[in-house]
Amino acid sequence: MVDIVCKSKEAEIKRINKELANIRSKFKGDKTLDGYQKKKYVCKLLFIFLLGHDIDFGHMEAVNLLSSNKYSEKQIGYLFISVLVNTNSDLIKLIIQSIKNDLTSRNPVHVSLALQCIANIGSKEMAEAFGYEIPKLLVSGDTMDVVKQSAALCLLRLFRTSQEIIPSGEWTSRIIHLLNDQHMGVVTAATSLIDALVKKNPDEYKGCISLAVSRLSRIVTASYTDLQDYTYYFVPAPWLSVKLLRLLQNYTPPGITDPGVRGRLNECLETILNKAQEPPKSKKVQHSNAKNAVLFEAISLIIHNDTEPNLLVRACNQLGQFLSNRETNLRYLALESMCLLATSEFSHEAVKKHQEVVILSMKMEKDVSVRQQAVDLLYAMCDKSNAEEIVQEMLNYLETADYSIREEMVLKVAILAEKYATDYTWYVDVILNLIRIAGDYVSEEVWYRVIQIVINRDDVQGYAAKTVFEALQAPACHENMVKVGGYILGEFGNLIAGDQRSSPLVQFQLLHSKYHLCSPMTRALLLSTYIKFVNLFPEIKPQIQEVFKQHSNLRSADAELQQRASEYLQLSIVASTDVLATVLEEMPAFPERESSILAVLKKKKPGRVPENEIREGKSPAPITNHQNDQSTVQAATVNNASADLLGLSTPPASQPAAPSNTGVLLDMFGDIYSGSQNTANNINNLAPAQSTYNAKKFVCKNNGVLFENDLIQIGVKSEFRQNLGRLGLFYGNKTSFVLQNFVPSISCPDDISSKLNLQVKPVEPVLDAGAQIQQMVNAECIEDFVDAPSMIITFIYNNVPQKLTIKLPLTINKFFEPTEMNGESFFARWKNLGGNQQRSQKIFKASQPMDLNAVRTKLLGFGMQLLDGIDPNPDNFVCAGIIHTRNQAVGCLLRLEPNKQAQVV
Amino acid sequence: MQFMLLFSRQGKLRLQKWYVAHPDKLKKKITRELITTILARRPKMSSFLEWKDLKIVYKRYASLYFCCAIEQRDNELLTLEIIHRYVELLDKYFGSVCELDIIFNFEKAYFILDELLLGGEIQETSKKNVLKAIAAQDLLQEVSYGDTSIEL
Repeated sequence: MVDIVCKSKEAEIKRINKELANIRSKFKGDKTLDGYQKKKYVCKLLFIFLLGHDIDFGHMEAVNLLSSNKYSEKQIGYLFISVLVNTNSDLIKLIIQSIKNDLTSRNPVHVSLALQCIANIGSKEMAEAFGYEIPKLLVSGDTMDVVKQSAALCLLRLFRTSQEIIPSGEWTSRIIHLLNDQHMGVVTAATSLIDALVKKNPDEYKGCISLAVSRLSRIVTASYTDLQDYTYYFVPAPWLSVKLLRLLQNYTPPGITDPGVRGRLNECLETILNKAQEPPKSKKVQHSNAKNAVLFEAISLIIHNDTEPNLLVRACNQLGQFLSNRETNLRYLALESMCLLATSEFSHEAVKKHQEVVILSMKMEKDVSVRQQAVDLLYAMCDKSNAEEIVQEMLNYLETADYSIREEMVLKVAILAEKYATDYTWYVDVILNLIRIAGDYVSEEVWYRVIQIVINRDDVQGYAAKTVFEALQAPACHENMVKVGGYILGEFGNLIAGDQRSSPLVQFQLLHSKYHLCSPMTRALLLSTYIKFVNLFPEIKPQIQEVFKQHSNLRSADAELQQRASEYLQLSIVASTDVLATVLEEMPAFPERESSILAVLKKKKPGRVPENEIREGKSPAPITNHQNDQSTVQAATVNNASADLLGLSTPPASQPAAPSNTGVLLDMFGDIYSGSQNTANNINNLAPAQSTYNAKKFVCKNNGVLFENDLIQIGVKSEFRQNLGRLGLFYGNKTSFVLQNFVPSISCPDDISSKLNLQVKPVEPVLDAGAQIQQMVNAECIEDFVDAPSMIITFIYNNVPQKLTIKLPLTINKFFEPTEMNGESFFARWKNLGGNQQRSQKIFKASQPMDLNAVRTKLLGFGMQLLDGIDPNPDNFVCAGIIHTRNQAVGCLLRLEPNKQAQVV
Repeated sequence: MQFMLLFSRQGKLRLQKWYVAHPDKLKKKITRELITTILARRPKMSSFLEWKDLKIVYKRYASLYFCCAIEQRDNELLTLEIIHRYVELLDKYFGSVCELDIIFNFEKAYFILDELLLGGEIQETSKKNVLKAIAAQDLLQEVSYGDTSIEL
């Protein structure tokens, strides 16, 4: 054994392999192994396992030991089973049988051993086999105390494995009354069990409240000699006290209806607070830990109840004392507890009194986890009155803060600055400082947000332009500063152009001096800024055109930059001043929406919701009015960009009305450089609030965004062959909340349901924040139909039920198969079509300017074969196709004769 | 409590007790991560740290680290005292316990722990009662075996 422990790694492995081989041969060959030898080898295997080596045999021998009549062999058998047997072992039946035998043993030591094994394994099989035996053992009058203790915790473990074993009815009151048991050990174990049962069924176990309060009252008023061995370093029954205090946190004060019980509970809590002020009875840390453990649990209960202002303030003062205690552990816990107190209206002010100490903790603590707690507390205690100071202190600290907490601090500062800004110039200063001090840790959400706010508040725009211009003059400034600067100067650079020091040319040169140091994403943004400058400052147009020229082809290897540069160049040459001014109009105000920064912070701390909740989380109301038509163009563009969220490729602009150039222009945050979903999401956060519903377009295309509003985006990807089709519907949750009860269901008008066979795959009813799910729909066309089936989507967002009805892009033309034919046969067939039944002619006025290329694209998308060179008039379109249904195939011919002058078709 | 680990200053695992079912691979991964994290901490630091959605409470006694993973709602200070009580019990049983006692009598270390904690909850806080239970077990062990520790 000593050999194994002491030698080198290689020697250890060699030695162990030898030993394993030896044991294996002993188990295999020699049939005459006696109990002692079996025990010895099983024990060796355990030892080897605990040294970190895998063990794949010996289980059977261990199970054999369970039925040994020698206790030491039995005990080793059980230990091996507890440590090494996984729950789905074949041996489980044998093990259960042995446990059954031991449970009925007269010797309580054997019974305890069996119970411990059940609790250690705690599998479903165990729950099934013993779920009904153990409650009996627990409440029976004959059971010894030590067995009762094991039985209570054993039942708790099985209950965690399978909730249905919970005893109810008469058992309830018998279990509750274990709180009155004479034996403190039994009460302690039972309280753990009751705590779990209460969580499952608080009403049924309500009777435990008064019993728990009485028991607690007896403990806290006891002198430390009363409880003998249950007093731990002069603290009476700390474990039981803590468990009782936790049990009571399962109920809210209104649940404690009896005023007598409430009064007694408050007395207990006061006594605990009083005791905290008494001089310690021992200098040992165990004494103070145990005493303070009870105190912290009492404070948790006080905070949980949140009804007694007096107790809350006292708790706060007590924690305040701990803030300067020399025990790091106490300071850590006090900061953590105070975070909760800060969110209570009764103690918020009391917490604020400790601001100075907390700031010192943030700066001076040696342990980063304590500093982190201090930051959390400052965030929680921040309100209008102290925001400026706290934000300033956090900014100061950020310069030297640990890397591990910087990103979170940046988010917190950004949230506080926005939430408590009365003067938005302060807000702008804070965010620019954030970028200056901790630029690497400023996530996209943060700088998007400052832009949203500046766009929406015209009282701060000039200031923002001036400040960001100054910040950009620093010799080394962070790329995020260039992004914000580029955007803001592009929009509002004119507001500071009157000053010679920031004349148009100076602004442009300053920005362009950073261009070469930036990533392609930022460069793309800068190019957009330059074209905006062309509009704002015609006098520097030549210099800007020069830059566009440089980057339009050879100089830029990047396709996106190339395209932007050459398109912007053309725009600057071709477009009239009016067109330029319209296209490059100031950005429309962003819709009011919750700051996405908060969602990021929440995601960073999954277990703990940040405490300084933004009350309404609204961005400032837009002050200026912008023209509506602007935002429409924007909507179309954003749509294209966000299609990438779905991983769909948007087909080339099939809407003849949308000038593709403008699309790129307004696409400030083009996501081509960051294909991640996350970025795509952020883009959506900037999208206008209106919803977009593109059903009509889908007559001529199969993939793209079908519907989009603030909450949800629905994309479609579909393919068709003959009379069969497959639709993939992609539901993307754009919010930072979970969409509950998410149910999409098909609604077919009667006449369609018999003609179109649809199979819809069900989806999960929960759509997580930012997540996307896919639903497949299979379609079979049985005979020709008009219109299209609808999808009704219902879900609950933020407790508000939502309902959307959307036409599925499943029109009859989807089942077209294009057909080639020559002019002769086309016109032969065309003429053969007889009567009004087979013919339909329509003359309609074009709603949009006619663009023949766009019409071609549409017709191709429509699903028929476009037959070129057949019609004598080259402007006329001729198409042929076959519609496939299950019952028949129908040939179709089409002629489209555009009349440009009359704008009719 | 979700699990308890005992490991040496050299990072050698000496005892592991899991109160939730994890596959072996995950157990090994968790163990490795925690040992590295805790060994890197300095003496004056707090005994608590947040780790995933759990709280880790640890304390060093001589060359051994005792480390418990508890849930968010659990009481950190009292978990420190569970560790201390366990150390006291080992100390009393072995008579001034050292790392080697736990290596060579690991089964006893487990038996004592099973009396103190069951299913991750405290079962018996009285030192006297736990030692009584262990003594009752020892009494049942046949005298003929002599020394209870195993020698290779």
